[in-house]
Parts: sequence; C-alpha cells; structure tokens
Amino acid sequence: MSVASSPAFSFSRIFAMVMRHWYLLRSSWPRLLELIYWPLVQMVMWGFLQSFMAKQTGTLATAAGTFLAAVLLWDILFRGQLGFSFSFLEEMWSRNLANLMISPLRPIEFVLSMITMSVIRLVIGVVPVTILAMFFFGFNFWGLGFALGAFFANLLLTSWAIGLLCAGLVLRNGLGAEGLTWSIMFLFLPLTCVYYPVATLPVWLQWISWALPPTAVFEGMRALVLENVFRADLMLWAFALNVVWITLAGWGFLKLMHSSKRIGSLMSVGE
Amino acid sequence: MNVNVPLPAIEADRLTKHYGEAVAVDAISFQIATGSVTGLLGGNGAGKTTTIGMIMSLVAPTSGRVSVLGFDMARDAYRVLHRMNFESPYVDLPHRLSVRQNLTVFGGLYGVKNVAERIARLAADLDLKDFVDRPSGKLSAGQKTRVALAKALINEPDILILDEPTASLDPDTADWIRGHLERYRANKNATILLASHNMGEVERLCDRVLMMKRGKIVDDEAPEKLIARYGRQNLEEVFLDIARGTGAAKKEAAE
Repeated sequence: MSVASSPAFSFSRIFAMVMRHWYLLRSSWPRLLELIYWPLVQMVMWGFLQSFMAKQTGTLATAAGTFLAAVLLWDILFRGQLGFSFSFLEEMWSRNLANLMISPLRPIEFVLSMITMSVIRLVIGVVPVTILAMFFFGFNFWGLGFALGAFFANLLLTSWAIGLLCAGLVLRNGLGAEGLTWSIMFLFLPLTCVYYPVATLPVWLQWISWALPPTAVFEGMRALVLENVFRADLMLWAFALNVVWITLAGWGFLKLMHSSKRIGSLMSVGE
Repeated sequence: MNVNVPLPAIEADRLTKHYGEAVAVDAISFQIATGSVTGLLGGNGAGKTTTIGMIMSLVAPTSGRVSVLGFDMARDAYRVLHRMNFESPYVDLPHRLSVRQNLTVFGGLYGVKNVAERIARLAADLDLKDFVDRPSGKLSAGQKTRVALAKALINEPDILILDEPTASLDPDTADWIRGHLERYRANKNATILLASHNMGEVERLCDRVLMMKRGKIVDDEAPEKLIARYGRQNLEEVFLDIARGTGAAKKEAAE
C-alpha cells in the first residue's frame, strides 16, 4: 500500500491544506483583488483625512498623526480574522468539509493551515498598501520598527482567536452563522479604541476595553507615534490576554466541533 | 477459544443515534467481514446516512459503539482514518481546483507516497486523462463522479464507504465504475460498504445486504437468499415489500 501509517502531527498535511488554498487564490483574480481592494480604499480615505487635519492646529493636528498607523493596524486585525475565516468558509462553500473531516487531518493541523493562510492573505493585502502609503502620504509604516513586530504579533493572535470562534460557530450552526464572520470584528472597532484614546470611553466601558488585547496595541501605537515611547508593558499585557483568548477560543472550537458531531451538522454542511 | 477469528472490518454494537426526540438509528448491531461488499439499503429517513456518519466519526453516537479495523471510532478515529475513504455525490471537491490539484491535496492529506505517480495511475484506471487539468467544477456529472471515486481511492483504502457511487451516471459509465469497484475489491481485499438505491447495482456488487427501516436493521442476508426468502424476482421487489410493510407477509408465504 502506498500510504504510510498516520503520524499524530504532520507538516505535510498542513502543507497540503495551504496548497489547496494557494491553488484557489492563484486561480481567482477577484479573490486576489479583494485582498488588496479594501485596505487600499481605507488607506486612501484616512490618508487624505490625515493630510487635511495635519494642516489644522492644536489637538486635532496631533491626533491626525496616528490615523494612518491606526487604520493599517486595524486592517491587520480585521484582515487577519477574515483571512483565517475565509479559509474555513471556502470549505463550507465548496461542500468539501466532510471530505476533510474524514481524512487524517487533525483539528490542530486544520487550524494551523488557516493561520498560515491568514498570514499569506495579509501579506498580499497589506504589504502593498503600506508601500503605497509611503509613496502617497509619506507615511512609513515600517518605520515603527521593532514595535511594529509586537503590534503585528498581538493583533494577529487576537484575529486568530476570533476567527477560530467564528469557524466553530459556522461548523456548529452552518452557513446561517456566516454573517458573524463578516461583522464580529466591527464590535471591536469602538471598544478597542482604534482611533481615540481609551480615556475617551466611560469608565465602566474602559474595563471592558482593557480586557481586549488590541486596545493595548492601539494605545501602544499612539504612545509610539505621539510621544516616541515604546510601551513594553502594554505589549506584555496584550500578549497575556492573547494567551487567555487563544486558549478559550481553542477550547470553544473543539467544543463546537464536538457539538456539531452530536447534532449531525457535519453531514449537512452548507445548510 | 479460537484466537484466529479474523477481526471484522466494521463492527457496530447497539449503535444508537437520537436527534432530540427523533430516533435516527435504533440500537443496531452488525459485523462486516474484511474483503466483503455490503449494501446498506433503506428508504429515505431509514437511518443509512446517519449510520455511515457514525462509522466515519462525522456523527457522535448517542449510545453504543462502532469500531473500524478494531478501533473505536468515538475515541480512536485518527488511528484508522488514513485506511478509510468515502465518496458521495452530496460532498464536493473544491470547484476551482483542477482534478490534479484536488487529488494532489488529498494525496498530501492521506500521506500518499509518490502522489504524482498515484494520480497518473488513477487517471488511467478511471479514464480521467482528458480532463485531469480542468477545474473540477466544470466537469459533467459523470466526470465528477469518477473524480470523486479517484479521490476516494487516492490512499488505496482498506475500507471504502460509498454513498450512491453511480448516481447520475449513464448506464455504460455506471457499469464501468461497478467493474472497477469489483476489481479494486478483488485486488486489495478491500471492504466496501455501499449505500445505494440502485437495486441492480446492489445485486451485482454486494455479498450481503443490511436492510434498514426507521432506524432498525429489518433484514440481513445475501441478496439472492433475500430474494428467495421473500419469493420475489429481484431485490427491487424485496425493497418495495419491506418499504411498504408487506415484507413479513411475503416472507412467511415464501417460507
């Protein structure tokens, strides 16, 4: 027989899943265009707004300095989650999920393949936009240096935690829950204080806000851009929260997967 | 005690599945011998799909257990899934990927060595050569069925589970597929579980038939013996007897 015994963990299976999505991306220019279209539109809109406000005086001009960084970091969070969730939804849309679930692909390998695709999609979508931001508005996103790495890592971890929970809900409830994938991140937009300091929120809401890892990233970004200070304490806080979020999301995903086996939804994917 | 009794390929022991108040599968027990072809028959809602789902660990049993090659599918599915595969017209392959790309992906998932060679062999065996580089979504129904079968055979499974393998095929292609399955079983000593509504196909391929009705196995016999016992000409008539509830009377009359 040409099949070896099945190891408990296999990079080859992850690679096979990544290739499955790479073949798909490569074959579909609308999918590639979609990756870059929205980050580009956002960058252009906020770039012009930042240019306009920078010409004003006082606080507004100061705040404007953070807009482009905020929008690009927000896109990392949003696109990271969409990139993760899309890889999962593609299996639902193509009615391929049952084929995967009866294969030797382990849940952790499935998740790692979606994480890999999330990074690949993000690189395709966001890197060209950061270069265009430099060209059009003179904003060097990469000039954030080492801090950018910390921001990037923390935002991606959060995006994967949210993506994992969305995938579990779609697995459990079918494509009826697909809308969540698109909209859930917008709940984080006001709460994580992307464009304004946490202090802007009412005190009771600040508690909730600080429980969300991206809040620390956006506060850290403002400290860096406005005061030229890298707040390692905020990055560590975000990382600690991310560990909790990823653990809870992984647990939730497995629970929802078991629940989908209990209610038989894996046999009727897509409905 | 005879220690040389071969392990059944598939064994269900009081396997039960409830969906809320509805009983989809009601404490069924059976053993399927290695190298056999078994038909799983029954009308719509009889519990075939749920039974297949439990055998493949896609559905968790409410109670009872099912094991494949000796492994409990609720606990140890990953120890045996690489030796199984499945084909159904109700499960698709990604449409935009070519046939070759899809088979390459599944070859990778099943840990197939020399996957390119394996694909070439399947393309020759299942006559896929003319469209192996075309997107799977642009194939005719018959071509898609052959590709789905190629996917199900990519890992040369010991256990092959087929749900309507010749649905939507013209008689010539369907006959050709059946011939291929017969050869595959003979060459690999593979165990095949076949759910089908095509009684001619079941008569030709199956050594044994499990008839299901309302979640229970109501008969379990070789097709020719079943036909004789019900005093009928073919399996389709037996199926109708059982489905319409006239089976017991016919069986008694024949006996």
